[in-house]
Amino acid sequence: MTDLFADPVDPARAAGWTDPPRRKGFFTDTSICIGCKACEVACKEWNGVPEDGLDFLGSSYDNTGALGASTWRHVTFIEQPTSAQQQGSELAGEPSDRPEFRWLMSSDVCKHCTSAACLDVCPTGSLFRSEFGTVVVQEDICNGCGYCVPACPFGVIDRRIGEKGVVKNAGIAQKCTLCYDRLGEGMTPACAQACPTQSIQFGDVEELRERAAGRVATLLEAGVGSARLYGHDPEDGIGGAGAMFLLLDEPEVYGLPPDPVVTTRDLPAMWRTAGLAAAALLAGTVAAFARNRS
Amino acid sequence: MSAPPGTGTGRRRKGGRGGGERTMVPDATFTSYYGRPVVKASPWAADIPAYLFLGGLAGGSSLLAAGADRTDRPALRRTGRIGAMVAITGSFVALVHDLGRPERFANMLRVAKPTSPMSMGTWLLTAFGPAAGLAGAGELSGLLPARWRGTPAIRLLQALTRPAGMAAAVVAPAVASYTAVLLSDTATPTWHGGRGEMPFVFVGSAAAAAGGLGMLGAPPSQAGPARRMAVAGAVVDLAAAQRMEASMGLAAETLHQGRAGHLMRASKALTALGAAATALFGARSRAVSAVAGAALLAGSACTRFGIFEAGQASARDPKYTVVPQRRRLEHAGSGPG
Repeated sequence: MTDLFADPVDPARAAGWTDPPRRKGFFTDTSICIGCKACEVACKEWNGVPEDGLDFLGSSYDNTGALGASTWRHVTFIEQPTSAQQQGSELAGEPSDRPEFRWLMSSDVCKHCTSAACLDVCPTGSLFRSEFGTVVVQEDICNGCGYCVPACPFGVIDRRIGEKGVVKNAGIAQKCTLCYDRLGEGMTPACAQACPTQSIQFGDVEELRERAAGRVATLLEAGVGSARLYGHDPEDGIGGAGAMFLLLDEPEVYGLPPDPVVTTRDLPAMWRTAGLAAAALLAGTVAAFARNRS
Repeated sequence: MSAPPGTGTGRRRKGGRGGGERTMVPDATFTSYYGRPVVKASPWAADIPAYLFLGGLAGGSSLLAAGADRTDRPALRRTGRIGAMVAITGSFVALVHDLGRPERFANMLRVAKPTSPMSMGTWLLTAFGPAAGLAGAGELSGLLPARWRGTPAIRLLQALTRPAGMAAAVVAPAVASYTAVLLSDTATPTWHGGRGEMPFVFVGSAAAAAGGLGMLGAPPSQAGPARRMAVAGAVVDLAAAQRMEASMGLAAETLHQGRAGHLMRASKALTALGAAATALFGARSRAVSAVAGAALLAGSACTRFGIFEAGQASARDPKYTVVPQRRRLEHAGSGPG
């Protein structure tokens, strides 16, 4: 039995799988994302994710908004003015007749955390660790308590809104499964399969970490000083993500938390405090009756 | 049109802060994606704060009833047992009603997970609910006409009443305190930020509410322990809430703004006034005792709804997620940029 509150290194093995396959994940290289949204479409089509609003949001080409119960891939669009100086360092050697403007695009997805808060707090066991080290909702178990929703440090998972019997899985927590069904058949998840630029790369997490480190080194060498990795570090607050990113600005620019920490890391201390408070209540009650009748 | 998200200072899109609200921490500039939330607010409605309040009231009332039972205060015992039964029934209904699939409530009983406060809470309620219900039912059976009281079923119920009441009192302190962990074990900034003190706020609030109910239901001659519990609970609630706000940093702002601000101010006023009236006049006047008890109950409900709403507001504004995390990175010196 492993320590329930310890951060696992190999999440599938820590969850009790014997001899699991290698941990699977994504490396999303946003420097080559062209914002085509093929990933969003492929995900919806393959997973039968219902439509969740056709709105004009007034945020560049992003009319999807955010990840949620019915959005498992979300392409962000950021229109960003850049200083000429910054351009110079970004594009070393090129003539500076470019507009003082750049466009950032990134396909966001569930991080499939090594220490996953959604999975930790799920009271039914509906959320579970698959043999591929991913985090998946069992839709026939979830009773829609909604606890995973505020627990996720990335705001990924949500409870699906809709009329029961009309909207598939209404009332149940839903998110990316890393195409659990396709993985079982040795196939690539739909979003990575559909990505025309290989911005979304699928593979073994260990190998992807190396690939990501290589890619960021190449970009830094080429003068793209803003390139950095996100979610690649097993020492971070979530024990490293199964889905990591190469970003060209601070994480919060893309709507990502700059330093996410799994909430259950503080849980042993919280239980101790609650135990103390409970003992105080009991002692207080005894004291209230200790005096004689008044 | 909103400013380009990469460079702007992430202002909330629906105008600024309401006028006249005081700011605890100076405004920080930060970046966000079109001002959209980073973490998601819980999908919970009023059911959950109602559940927090009723769970606390039930736990406190069971303790009060057990003490009254042992010290021969029948009116206080009756109030406590029936109050606990009604409150725990109400809290159970609220909990199930809030589920996306209420018919699957029993799936909570598939597993027991120490990493999930909701799982632990379910098992606490599974132990507490039937015991408190039995004690309450036994108390009610005493009000039946004499000819029914002799039936074997009622005689069995009455034999079980006292052990059931004691069993409920054993679990009661955990029932009253675990709900703080339920809220704090999330990425919701105000709830997680309050994790060091919230269990004390909640048990204080539970004691104040249960004491208040005891003062409403029992005559002043029997309600001495209820008054002491109410005053001590109110003091712990107010003091722990003060400490919680001071230690929370930026996220404490949400406890002073909007709906949460109104509720927290009401909670403090009702709790302080109720406790003062209890200490000064509670022993002398039944009327004052009842009004003070009602104020304490209302104050406890406002505390739970206020903390709930403050957390929801803190999740909806990316400032409370981004700014503390950015500061943490800068202090650690390990920021990527």
